[in-house]
Amino acid sequence: MRQVSRMGFLLGLLNLPAALGERSSGSPTNNSHPQSFAIVSFEWNHVKDPYVITLWILVASLAKIVFHLSHKVTRVVPESALLIVLGVLLGGIVWAADHIASFTLTPEVFFFYLLPPIVLDAGYFMPNRLFFGNLGSILLYAVIGTVWNAATTGLSLYGVYRTGIMGHLDSGLLDFLLFGSLIAAVDPVAVLAVFEEVHVNEVLFIIVFGESLLNDAVTVVLYNVFESFVSIGPENVTGIECVKGIVSFFVVSLGGTLVGIFFAFLLSLVTRFTKHVRIIEPGFVFIISYLSYLTAEMLSLSAILAITFCGICCQKYVKANISEQSSTTVRYTMKMLASGAETIIFMFLGISAVDPEIWTWNTAFILLTLVFISVYRVIGVVIQTWILNHYRMVQLEIIDQVVMSYGGLRGAVAFALVALLDTKKVKEKNLFVSTTIIVVFFTVIFQGLTIKPLVQWLKVKKSEHREPKLNEKLHGRAFDHILSAIEDISGQIGHNYLRDKWSNFDRKFLSKLLMRRSAQKSRDQILNVFHELNLKDAISYVAEGERRGSLAFIRSPSTDNMVNVDFSTPRPSTVESSVSYLLREKAGPVCLDMQALEQRRKSIRDTEDTIAHHTLQQYLYKPRQEHKHLYSRHEIMHSEDEKQDKEIFHRTMRKRLESFKSTKLGINHSKKLNKIHKRERGQKRRNSNVIPNGKIPSENPVQDYTLKEKDSEFSEAEENNDYETLHLGKGVDFLANVTKQNFTDNPTGDLDQDVEMTEYSSSDDKFPPYTSDQLNQNESVSENPLHFFPSCLQMPWTQNYSSLENRGNISLSTVSEYIASCDPSVPDLFWETDADTDNKETINSGYCSEVSYKSENSQEENSLLIPEELEDPYMKEPREKKMLLDVQGNYRSIAARRVQSRRSFHKPKPLQHPKLQKLASLPASCHVPPHSLEQEETQL
Amino acid sequence: MGSAQSVPPEMRALAERTGFTSEQIEQLHRRFKQLNHNRKTIRKEDFDTIPDLEFNPIRARIVHAFFDKRNLRKAPAGLAEEINFEDFLTIMSYFRPIEMDMDEERLESFRKEKLKFLFHMYDADYDGIITLQEYKNVLDELMSGNPHLEKESLRAIAEGAMLEAASACMARTGPDEVYEGITFEDFLKVWKGIDIETKMHVRFLTMEAIAHCY
Repeated sequence: MRQVSRMGFLLGLLNLPAALGERSSGSPTNNSHPQSFAIVSFEWNHVKDPYVITLWILVASLAKIVFHLSHKVTRVVPESALLIVLGVLLGGIVWAADHIASFTLTPEVFFFYLLPPIVLDAGYFMPNRLFFGNLGSILLYAVIGTVWNAATTGLSLYGVYRTGIMGHLDSGLLDFLLFGSLIAAVDPVAVLAVFEEVHVNEVLFIIVFGESLLNDAVTVVLYNVFESFVSIGPENVTGIECVKGIVSFFVVSLGGTLVGIFFAFLLSLVTRFTKHVRIIEPGFVFIISYLSYLTAEMLSLSAILAITFCGICCQKYVKANISEQSSTTVRYTMKMLASGAETIIFMFLGISAVDPEIWTWNTAFILLTLVFISVYRVIGVVIQTWILNHYRMVQLEIIDQVVMSYGGLRGAVAFALVALLDTKKVKEKNLFVSTTIIVVFFTVIFQGLTIKPLVQWLKVKKSEHREPKLNEKLHGRAFDHILSAIEDISGQIGHNYLRDKWSNFDRKFLSKLLMRRSAQKSRDQILNVFHELNLKDAISYVAEGERRGSLAFIRSPSTDNMVNVDFSTPRPSTVESSVSYLLREKAGPVCLDMQALEQRRKSIRDTEDTIAHHTLQQYLYKPRQEHKHLYSRHEIMHSEDEKQDKEIFHRTMRKRLESFKSTKLGINHSKKLNKIHKRERGQKRRNSNVIPNGKIPSENPVQDYTLKEKDSEFSEAEENNDYETLHLGKGVDFLANVTKQNFTDNPTGDLDQDVEMTEYSSSDDKFPPYTSDQLNQNESVSENPLHFFPSCLQMPWTQNYSSLENRGNISLSTVSEYIASCDPSVPDLFWETDADTDNKETINSGYCSEVSYKSENSQEENSLLIPEELEDPYMKEPREKKMLLDVQGNYRSIAARRVQSRRSFHKPKPLQHPKLQKLASLPASCHVPPHSLEQEETQL
Repeated sequence: MGSAQSVPPEMRALAERTGFTSEQIEQLHRRFKQLNHNRKTIRKEDFDTIPDLEFNPIRARIVHAFFDKRNLRKAPAGLAEEINFEDFLTIMSYFRPIEMDMDEERLESFRKEKLKFLFHMYDADYDGIITLQEYKNVLDELMSGNPHLEKESLRAIAEGAMLEAASACMARTGPDEVYEGITFEDFLKVWKGIDIETKMHVRFLTMEAIAHCY
């Protein structure tokens, strides 16, 4: 609170309240005496500071919305420019209201609150490889370039001043150099704001942006040196002082970097142990990195470098350590803070300009400053690039140099620095301030406005948004190894050599120390790309399915040959209407800028589990937590009202069972040969990723259970498969009411299954032989009523129920343990949970929770429902009848069928499954939104 | 160093053939002798003495490539027992960076050469096709550094990559058509749009070789 009010004070937002206060002075609160108890009182002064701050933020955010209402405007004019203009307008209004410019961007607010989020965001999402690959160039531009700019601008201005054009100014050489040093630095905020919209190629971007970040150390040192020189007076400046200045540069920059690395280490280490405090996990990222900033500031080191390197160094470990949800939270929060801070900065830059007191006009000085900074920037860039091109592999061409020169935007850092100047020491502060404002406005508005057309006109190589390709990644990996090997063999120390050594070191020590054991598995980049591709496939499947109204196409013949996915499935534009298509589209342009791209790629990496389907599973599931309306401060998915939940769950189950009893629905049997299983394993896995979406609809009340379920479900998939192979042919796949639907998409079907099919129909009219065998066998094995669970529940656990029985106790207890642990996102548990049955894997959408339910049941009350169900005479019959029907139908892959069955929940066939429809539509509101949300999730 | 004045003719021929400067050749020659202990040729075992190579997961494959007759431009298949310095240089020249004055055509052939080298690394049985199994083997080696990875996911990744290649190279597979592997043409297609020439290079600096102790 104190902080907030201080912030308010610093912002100097005292004006609006004053104005309002006057107006409200007539109100009873202000002059009422405490004679009686006031029912309502107006406490403006009590809230005014935070209130005004919030209002300003709201205004800025609303302005952003308004800007983006018109695409035409935002396409041409960069947002930063619009915000500055808006700021000027608002400042004008405030000025007109009471002639005091009380809202300005103060250096304290800027450096303490607005700048850190932006820089942290930049560091945390920095494409590391690109950054370090170009580090040499970046450093050259940042250090030499900035010194060059500062020196030449300051000296030239001083030289011109001596000619007398500017008239008399009360400043010496040092003042000019001071001014030069603060105006020289390219501003990260402005560069980011403009370049993000321009989409130049990534090398160019990283050079300009990296320069703007790293030149902070130079700027700070130059600024401090010259400021102290100015204050001690030019006559006291000796050679020793200059040497001190140079030493201080190294101390400030290296010190800042070290502070950043230290805090990155700390942060990584902390996140390694946050497993049980998931909720505050994201907070650590912000707090510790902010601490690095403040620490560096405290030690008068480069704070920007500290927080940048904190972000850069910790990103790998933090992203691997924190949970998926936390990672998303961090990502969003960071982007939100950064973008909010940026908005406020630009708006207040505009507002700050409206203050006649600071305006001192000196045409020659201002114009010459503009000319000098532009000209010297160009000269500096050309010279440095010429030097660099001798060493660079990817040459920086003329066009790149033009963009680099033109992209040298000045911004809020310069303004904040100039505002920090002391009028007593620097007599011409006002002139410097107004010049800085002009320069900032000129670069941000004019150059920002023209850089886009310039880039287009020059045909600068744009950043292309390429789909990450698995092959590319694989070859890339092979490459790294080959190159480092060649360097080893030829005895060179090159980039590759160093990178190889570093990654060895990282793998051997750092990762072991800083990463969770579970995370160490999953950090392979190739895997990540694989995950991402899987996600894409899943999305495209659903999109295609939505378009066609079924997912049967998945089993297109081409995939049958060897692999499990159909990459070649056309994604025609006709899918436009589908949700996922829209989502994909939406995500497309966003990802054009490199950071988002990187972020998107990284987001995939955040996963905690190894195998692709785990990730996928998680991704597709995530948003369901949002639909849970339980409130818990500490644990999102931990249900505090477990009892209530359970009750709801039981009730739902009972209802469902009753309704099923009365239906005549049956199930499909299809004997699964081991061979087929093996072959389709991959496909299952892939497709199973798609399916879980379907769970959402009817399961809302029992989400807690399903959530856990989903986590255990996939970890078991593999083991289940193995298990299945043990039970050759015994595992019976109960599949949902699919077969009655016509699959026009793919008439060919699976050969093996066709054979089976004919076998069935010929061998027995009524019951395929194996079924009765199976049933008998199972009955003899155990009395467990579970396998008479209503077929219409799509028999999640009936598949391989023999296995279920065999290991029933173990598995049930594990499930319940699992539930008890209440932490579904803990990856370790994935592996611990016993391979309890295939049911989970083949489980039908919407009914997964039944397993956990079952476990609850068996543990506590041993089931109200199951005996009930046992007595039900319908239970066996319809299933077997149904089976026959199914045999007539087209056989699909399990996956397709499962998907199909899921779909049947979305769009129930009223005639065939009246009850099902009723059930599925229970929480009708949840049908589509969760689905879409999930997909949105995957896009990030 | 004095090498510029007294360039022996065979050195000049080598420089012409491989594109290295004589200084680089000299340096590589030193390294060559270091590796093979001043013999004329180099054998597979010699590569084992390079300590840094030990941790390279695809080490065997890379060393193998040095003796691959396709890469040595000697025969369409087979493995050489030992290679001399010239061969060593030939292999090294695959990793030369592009030169600034290269025209489009030369750039293209340069690029093809590099890719060919890479292709041969995958295609272990000299049949001109990277089969799924071959792809998988490479992948296996590549990922061997990650002990947590399961075979199953490796297989899936290999299949995914293969399919990706298939979809990039074939318009549409027929129902009973089997994509048996990546041919070199397909390989080129897969690499389309990736500037291999800027990636696949080693900077042969004119500096002293590192370890003299080996």
